[in-house]
Amino acid sequence: MVLQEQPLLQLKSVSKRFGAIQALTQVNFEVRRGEVLALVGDNGAGKSTLIKGIAGIYPFDEGEVFFDGKPVNIRGPRDSAALGIEVVYQDLALADNLDVVANMFLGRERTTQPFRLNESSMELACIETLNSLSVSTLRSVRQPVAGLSGGQRQAIAVAKAVMWNSRLVILDEPTAALGVAQTRQVLDLVRRLAEKNLAVALISHNLYDVFEVADRITVLRLGQNVRDFNTSETTQQEIVLAMTAGALQHTNTAG
Amino acid sequence: MTTLNNPAPAPLPPTTTPQRTRLLANRDQPAPGTDLRSYLKRLRSGDLGPLPIIVGLIIIAIIFQSQNDNFLTARNFVNLIPQMAGITAIAYGVVFILLLGEIDLSVGYVSAVAAVSMTLLMLPPTNAPWYVAVVVGLVVAAGVGLLHGLLITTFQVPSFVVTLAGLLGWNGVVLRIIGNGGTVIIQDQTIIGVANTYLSPELGWLVAIIFVGLYTLSVFLGERARGAQGLAARPPYVIGLRVAVLAVLIFATVAVCNESRGVPFVGVLLLVMLVGLSFVAEQTRFGRYVYAIGGSKEAARRAGINVERYRIYVFMISSVMAGVGGIILASRLRSVDTNAGGGNLLLYSIAAAVIGGTSLFGGRGKVSSALLGALVIASVDNGMGLLGLSSGDKFIVTGLVLLAAVIVDSVSRRSQKRSGLV
Repeated sequence: MVLQEQPLLQLKSVSKRFGAIQALTQVNFEVRRGEVLALVGDNGAGKSTLIKGIAGIYPFDEGEVFFDGKPVNIRGPRDSAALGIEVVYQDLALADNLDVVANMFLGRERTTQPFRLNESSMELACIETLNSLSVSTLRSVRQPVAGLSGGQRQAIAVAKAVMWNSRLVILDEPTAALGVAQTRQVLDLVRRLAEKNLAVALISHNLYDVFEVADRITVLRLGQNVRDFNTSETTQQEIVLAMTAGALQHTNTAG
Repeated sequence: MTTLNNPAPAPLPPTTTPQRTRLLANRDQPAPGTDLRSYLKRLRSGDLGPLPIIVGLIIIAIIFQSQNDNFLTARNFVNLIPQMAGITAIAYGVVFILLLGEIDLSVGYVSAVAAVSMTLLMLPPTNAPWYVAVVVGLVVAAGVGLLHGLLITTFQVPSFVVTLAGLLGWNGVVLRIIGNGGTVIIQDQTIIGVANTYLSPELGWLVAIIFVGLYTLSVFLGERARGAQGLAARPPYVIGLRVAVLAVLIFATVAVCNESRGVPFVGVLLLVMLVGLSFVAEQTRFGRYVYAIGGSKEAARRAGINVERYRIYVFMISSVMAGVGGIILASRLRSVDTNAGGGNLLLYSIAAAVIGGTSLFGGRGKVSSALLGALVIASVDNGMGLLGLSSGDKFIVTGLVLLAAVIVDSVSRRSQKRSGLV
């Protein structure tokens, strides 16, 4: 290692317990600028808990979190948003009856006078963001989201996350419900986020997608680290093995 | 280190320039849904807009006119406006409730509570001036809405149940205040004037010109602002057509009204409230959040919108508009009695919003739908009255109209879904 680039987000030995269930045990995790990191693991491996901890929804019980090298304390969604962490959840949470612009600016509308929405300014910014991500399949940014395809909706949700000067974008199963062509679009989009020097963390069950798009792969099993892989130096078989039978670093105290 | 010195940073596809022109190239094409061809396309796909109501109104007019020559007269039209005014004002508020996907069954008796409060304040011992009485009446209504909203959000009780309790409870309150069989007469000429004043012909024209002028100006300025930013502007003939349609409608209304007693003041009031509330619904953050919550509560919550607070606000709007409607109704009757807020007022108000095209499931609708729906209901009511039919017949026909409106809406929505619009 010549130049150890500092990770944008680094978790050291974070743990999380829900009552009697030890969901995460001393997990280490890091993601760098300009890289796509895939977080994989079987059901119950702790992927969602880890993401929700980063997003501040279920703050970690123990462990240290560093953002940009500085120790931070994420106690709620606002803390993570303030750091520039945006999560795109699987259910996207778009308002179907609103158009693309309204959805992208929901909760952060621009106004001219104290009350009046500044529609043209929002529309411009929306178009610019979509263009910078090469989202080109939209007929108009003024159509209701309800009429969009699954891939387009995913793209809108991602663009919404990117628009706010976010630095780390976390995607939860972005291709789970998509067909082949739309999956392709979304994976391209994920790649472009990394090209824009954002840090991208991706949860996926689909190893084919993971190998397609990720630079590194972090495998979790039963709430613990198995190990990290460079995508170029591993195979799907190795990852599957790690997911299902990888050696754990801590004895499972919860039994 | 893996890829620090890539031979050549993969040349990014030239995303910005051609793409930018691509989406912005709409400048030359009309923005979707604004020119005639795309309007026809939208019609075919099932997005009917106000068309069914306009067709319905024409059918209603033909039927009643063929039965009774008095239906399509200037005199009857001038009567119709105060007749529909109370329902319309209440239905304006109901639209906001329906946009959230909630229901408010209390609006009938809340309107009576406001009217009673106002009326009693103007009597001895308080002898309050009319404006104080009106403000207090509306503040009381706002308080009622606040109470409903707090109950609904604090205990997470469905609005249906809370406002059903309100329906019973506020009816009781009105009866207690007025006393059995009592009628309280309104003496104040200003309050009576609300629903019983007619503008002079000149004033009517002046108001119409101001309205059309302001509308034209706002449309023109809006388009110019879009154009200046390089956004897709609507072609001039579309704007011209819109302005022309509105101008014809308003000027025709004034001309007809002037044939008889003149434009009812309450008609102008309805129009002013329509403009104000439409602005709130369509051009403010508040309105945007109401639509968002109605479309997806979860999306709104994740966007950081305080959903519960907006629900409380909307129940306050509903109650205040009910209060306005109650005052208009009291003004028209020149009194408040124990029947105030009862009868078919509640159902007509909700039906007006729904007939006008506001969805019961939230997120879809416009304030103007209340006006159109109320016009339909009042026309039917008025026409049946002219024919001397019983209220039993009136209810049956109004019920059928409501049913037809909901079916048209449902069918159009299904075909919109098929064409991927909703």
